[in-house]
Amino acid sequence: MRKIYLDSAASTYVSNDVLQEMLPVFTTDFANSASVHNMGTEASNLVEIARERIAKGIKARSASEIYFTGSGTEANNLAILGAARANKQKGKHIIATKIEHPSVLECLKVLETEGFKITYLTADENGMVSMIAFLHALRPDTILVTCMMASSEVGTIQNIRAMSKVANDKGILFHTDAVAALGNVPINAEEMGIDLLSISAHKVYGPKGVGALYVREGTKLQPIIYGGGQEKGLRSGSTNVPAIVGFGKAVELATRDIAINNQKCKQVRDYFIKKVTETIPFIQVNGHPMQRLPNIVSISFDMIEGESIVMLLADAGIAASTGSACNSNKLQANHVLTAMRLPMNLIHGSVRFSFLKNIQIEEVDYVVKELDKAVKRLREMSPIKRSKLAK
Amino acid sequence: MYTEKLLDLFKNPKHNGRIIGADAVGEAGNMSCGDILKIYLKLDGEKIVDAKFQTLGCPAAIAAAEVTCSLAIGKNINNVDRITNKDVLNMLGDVPPSKVHCSILAEQVIKDALKDYKKRQAALEKQKKK
Repeated sequence: MRKIYLDSAASTYVSNDVLQEMLPVFTTDFANSASVHNMGTEASNLVEIARERIAKGIKARSASEIYFTGSGTEANNLAILGAARANKQKGKHIIATKIEHPSVLECLKVLETEGFKITYLTADENGMVSMIAFLHALRPDTILVTCMMASSEVGTIQNIRAMSKVANDKGILFHTDAVAALGNVPINAEEMGIDLLSISAHKVYGPKGVGALYVREGTKLQPIIYGGGQEKGLRSGSTNVPAIVGFGKAVELATRDIAINNQKCKQVRDYFIKKVTETIPFIQVNGHPMQRLPNIVSISFDMIEGESIVMLLADAGIAASTGSACNSNKLQANHVLTAMRLPMNLIHGSVRFSFLKNIQIEEVDYVVKELDKAVKRLREMSPIKRSKLAK
Repeated sequence: MYTEKLLDLFKNPKHNGRIIGADAVGEAGNMSCGDILKIYLKLDGEKIVDAKFQTLGCPAAIAAAEVTCSLAIGKNINNVDRITNKDVLNMLGDVPPSKVHCSILAEQVIKDALKDYKKRQAALEKQKKK
């Protein structure tokens, strides 16, 4: 059976170039990078090369602004909890959005129990956070703003620079979760006025289990993990050298090839949207029509439920998802589509297709054919026959 | 996440569809929870001789509806509410905790069908008296 993977927003494979750089680190350069002997120094040098590569990839001013973590989730935790706790004497108000990843939202819940006040900004029907709502939410005691760079659910790219400029002028820290944006949107942490920026390796053809937080020089942070004082005391725990080496290579490749990958992916994405729209009635493509990631398409199918579509596609060898894999063990309706005020039938009928960089047009034809079959079959099973598609 | 058994019920349901002129119809669920179940029962006297379902929902909801139909066939309509969500769960095998509510919907749809049957019977009685 054919195998077509349309879930790159959940995770990508490790590219061969990345793997080849990682392999010797497991067996030859395996020493603890904190050890003082030669082998330790060699391992430490490898980590510093990766740090340089990542700093270059996101255009940080200096490699010393990159801190390695165990995941994108941990980078978000360190940014939000760390910045709030270290700066609480300045104020206890934080501005966030309703469409953030759970690793941001859950941290904010914890901070609420510590006496912080959070304002959650909504998104419009395109998934775009309102600048006016943001300006209205600002308070004299606001210490932190967190807004994702691009949505991993619907692909909408936010106007980060417009928000960060206001935050910069007022001396408010600005954090962005750039996990979904990395490799898809050119990132310039310095010019974009970002103080804290989270990224992860396994969305850009690197290994799982490693992320990083960009921390602009001079930004006060309190660690969330304590121990041996690695990463200048901000993240204790033996350095995951092979994963970090892979991460460095992955970011180098992703930023080097961003233009060509984007162009290819956009072509496939637009072809896919056109084909699905022509073939299947009563659907809605979610997210911003223009300002969107090249690799993510969210579509709502009226009168049926998304997970059933995903499972029928799985039978045809196609891997897609109903949204963030981090949400799939929860019963609640997708929080991003809910914040975008989609009607319930379109929230439950949503499927996310996210492309790998090597996707072929011909594969899209097969996907649309199988998707059409699955949707027809489920609509036949459904008791709802007349469409109530919201326009 | 899903067992082979559940997926087989989802992919190859034997009782999907509707019965024109059904003797009892039940409905459960709503759009906000994401699942809508509808069941149609055909009777011979008081015995359920055929059952069909229509479902808008996840694989577990569709499988639960399929199982409910096979449990209902052969039963006396007046006892059909003895089918509980536990019976449905037993037939489905292991379901993820977040999907247990699908079996509760199955129980509700049966109860709703029985209510519909009783309502129809009462209407018939009334007509006879006239």
